[in-house]
Amino acid sequence: MSEAPVIKQTSGFAPFLNKARQSLGSSGIYVALALIVILFEITTDGVLLTPDNLSKLIGQFGYILILAIGMVIVIIAGHIDLGVGSVVGFTGALSGVLIVRQGMPIWIGVLLTLIVGGIVGAWNGYWVAYFGIPAFIVTLAGMLIFRGATQLTLGGTQISPFPEGYRNIASGFLQGYLGYFDIPSFLGGGTADIFTLVIALVAIAGFAYSQLRARQGRQKYNQEVASMGAFVGRIAVFAVVILLFALQLSKYSGTPVILIIVALLMLIFVAVTNKTVFGRHVYAIGGNLHAAELSGVKTKAVTFWVFVIMGVLSALAGIVFAARINLANPTNGTGFELDAIAAAFIGGAAVTGGVGRVIGAIVGGTIMALLNNGMSIMGIDVSYQQVIKGAVLLAAVAFDVYNKRKVRG
Amino acid sequence: MDDYILEMRDITKTFPGVKALQDVRLKVKRGEIHAICGENGAGKSTLMKVLSGVYPFGTYEGEIFYDGATCEFSNIRDSEHRGIVIIHQELALSPYLSIAENIFMGNERVRRGSIDWNLTNADAQELLRRVGLTENPTTKIRDIGVGKQQLVEIAKALSKKVKLLILDEPTAALNDADSEHLLGLLNGLREEGVTCIIISHKLNEIKAIADSTTIIRDGKSIETLNVADITEERIIKGMVGRELDSRYPDHVPSIGTELFRIEDWTVHHPINQDRIVVDKANITIHRGEVVGLAGLMGAGRTELAMSVFGRAYGSKISGRLIKDGKEIKARNVSEAIDNGIAYATEDRKHYGLNLIEDIKRNISLAALNKLSPGGWVNDNEEFEVANGYRASMNIKSPTVLAITGKLSGGNQQKVVLGKWLYSDPDVLILDEPTRGIDVGAKYEIYVIIKKLAEEGKGVLVISSELPELLGICDRIYTLSAGHITGQVSRAEATQEGLMRLMTKDQKTLTELAPEAIEVHLEPPTDQPNVDATTVEAPKSEDSRHV
Repeated sequence: MSEAPVIKQTSGFAPFLNKARQSLGSSGIYVALALIVILFEITTDGVLLTPDNLSKLIGQFGYILILAIGMVIVIIAGHIDLGVGSVVGFTGALSGVLIVRQGMPIWIGVLLTLIVGGIVGAWNGYWVAYFGIPAFIVTLAGMLIFRGATQLTLGGTQISPFPEGYRNIASGFLQGYLGYFDIPSFLGGGTADIFTLVIALVAIAGFAYSQLRARQGRQKYNQEVASMGAFVGRIAVFAVVILLFALQLSKYSGTPVILIIVALLMLIFVAVTNKTVFGRHVYAIGGNLHAAELSGVKTKAVTFWVFVIMGVLSALAGIVFAARINLANPTNGTGFELDAIAAAFIGGAAVTGGVGRVIGAIVGGTIMALLNNGMSIMGIDVSYQQVIKGAVLLAAVAFDVYNKRKVRG
Repeated sequence: MDDYILEMRDITKTFPGVKALQDVRLKVKRGEIHAICGENGAGKSTLMKVLSGVYPFGTYEGEIFYDGATCEFSNIRDSEHRGIVIIHQELALSPYLSIAENIFMGNERVRRGSIDWNLTNADAQELLRRVGLTENPTTKIRDIGVGKQQLVEIAKALSKKVKLLILDEPTAALNDADSEHLLGLLNGLREEGVTCIIISHKLNEIKAIADSTTIIRDGKSIETLNVADITEERIIKGMVGRELDSRYPDHVPSIGTELFRIEDWTVHHPINQDRIVVDKANITIHRGEVVGLAGLMGAGRTELAMSVFGRAYGSKISGRLIKDGKEIKARNVSEAIDNGIAYATEDRKHYGLNLIEDIKRNISLAALNKLSPGGWVNDNEEFEVANGYRASMNIKSPTVLAITGKLSGGNQQKVVLGKWLYSDPDVLILDEPTRGIDVGAKYEIYVIIKKLAEEGKGVLVISSELPELLGICDRIYTLSAGHITGQVSRAEATQEGLMRLMTKDQKTLTELAPEAIEVHLEPPTDQPNVDATTVEAPKSEDSRHV
């Protein structure tokens, strides 16, 4: 190891611990995810990773991931959105009215609902950015306003069932386009959907290609890159995890539509936050609003658009959730904001803004979903489930705060 | 023999890397008004914080004898118990509470475990009468003006049976009438036997009310003057004369055409919109010229700079900005940047840097569009750019991925400068560019400033350190209470002369109208490559009549 002499030059174990903490700080979330998967795989006697449970997990908790993507951006910008649960209810109800009661074509109903979500976000964004009311208050008001609006939209009843095309947004699967093949008996036997495996291969190839491009770019500019071994190892780990995951899915019923939606959103918003001027400005205003303003960042406009994004994603989550339970109900979405906020913080977002990653929020949301699903399979009482989820959130944020104090220390 | 209420002996206070006070002696007679004078950063406030227990016993060296005993205060409460009350420049009143509640905050009038509001208000009324206020004690603080708030602070001090009252720049935010009233009140308190220490920049005030004056410079007590010896000349002489401990790069000015002109620039306070912070300021900057802006705390230097920079400060701003002969609009910061103006703040931690981000992202922030074709940031290009500034400005860090919050002050300042250099401005306003950084880094920053001027840019340097301005500027403007009180060329500038202009107050200025107007109406001649020394400036002898 080339670091070894460096460590010896400084005193004792402190540098080593520091390094461990730093590397844990960035990848600790993946370690936590892996530990939780292993834990539940054991405690549920292997039920967690069965093909049908995995498919169910994705369908059941896809909405948390969609909300978590929007929420982490809001939190990076230094704000919070407490109203997303109500907006989920409201937009789900709206899509029900448009598609079921008014009989609109599904795609028009969905599009209109997403636009209304954007308008709801613009409403929040206006009060926060241009009127200067703290987001906590604006979205708390929104929580009440849009819960009421949900009830008004539904007119005191509920809407069900939704047409099949709508339900497929959350419950549909893509499979069979390329036929099936028999899995060799030493891999457990059964049949698998080829299309799902092809999608997995495309994802792996895309990942490898983007990693390679990034590496070449850095090399062109004479920047430090990871060693070839680490580079290949990383792609290999990704490939193995995705392939195993896809194999399990292919045995059940193929690729869930919701998985494709979440994956696309993830790609889009990872790019937006990391690669665009807008994304940089979000981090800048969350990190130091005054400095951003004095550097020419249009802080108000950026804040406004952050809330618009949150609104559109809330509407999408509203559609997904209504489609999943095949019901638009006045109580849809109650408490979802807490899941989304928890996902963002578990994923490493900082309470004070300026720090956070979309990938982190996705992993954080997955951890929340795994906790829900795993504990349910184990038959743990719902009251204890809440206590445990709360403790996990507190521990994650405490870890973050502790880490930061050490860094500043 | 004189009766001293307070003797501070050989006070030394050290902050990491800086000696803020060194063997300071202060002797205050019982029942006198004792003024403390010194430049920004001389150590006045630090000394008062030592006295009042903000810096507890043990964190400084030296002894404090007060009212016949040695004092070892461990916090403000201790000193208040002994009758020492400090009123800070930033008033410590709660705006949404009443006058009475503020007066007795932390010292509530309690009877049988609950607050006796009748007693509170009656006692407050009596205290208000003593300071000459007729306000109802139940009036909320935010509903009365700054001048009256200052008096409420004094009433609050009186409620604590104050024996030694310390006022830090009490009249800085007050208008003339309020100032006069306050000084009258201090005279009244002296009759009642209250001893007063007043920190002030306003030399005429000191002359008017102080019985003695102690001058502090560079953390050392220079001398104490008795009433008979207090003259503005004497005070100025003591305040300046800072040691020239920094070196400055040789700079042969090559001054070109007029680049940037601030005309009749007037700025009001952002909240208290009746208060004028900058009054009809006129400043001209030429290509290749380093222009200084000198002024004491509260003169309005930062306010002037920030209001020019896209109206980042103030309200009801009027005046014109002219660049290359054309009027420009800079209604917000991004317009100012687009017009080639840059402003590097005096407060890099709060206004300059995103401390949780790395060097690279801080440097690129003000001109991110330059490396983002179509809105997509080219990370590698960004890395390259940041690395370039790291090398050229000698920013000491392993890589540009280092978090700026962990850098030293000097390196942080270089990151701020790098950010603004990358925005490729024509006019750079540098607000206290060397505050809080070590001598070596200071020199490097002077070199950067010199290079910028040599590239034909115009630089406006705001600084509290007169030697620094004398060392690097071609021409220096002085600002006092929002007014430009003069401009002096490098050749004619002396610390005394500048200090005289910096302490010239508004009233004196209007009395001396002809002379002052002369200063305003003599714009520098616009000949290319004019030598700095030919730029008109009031001779320092002129203002000796003040």
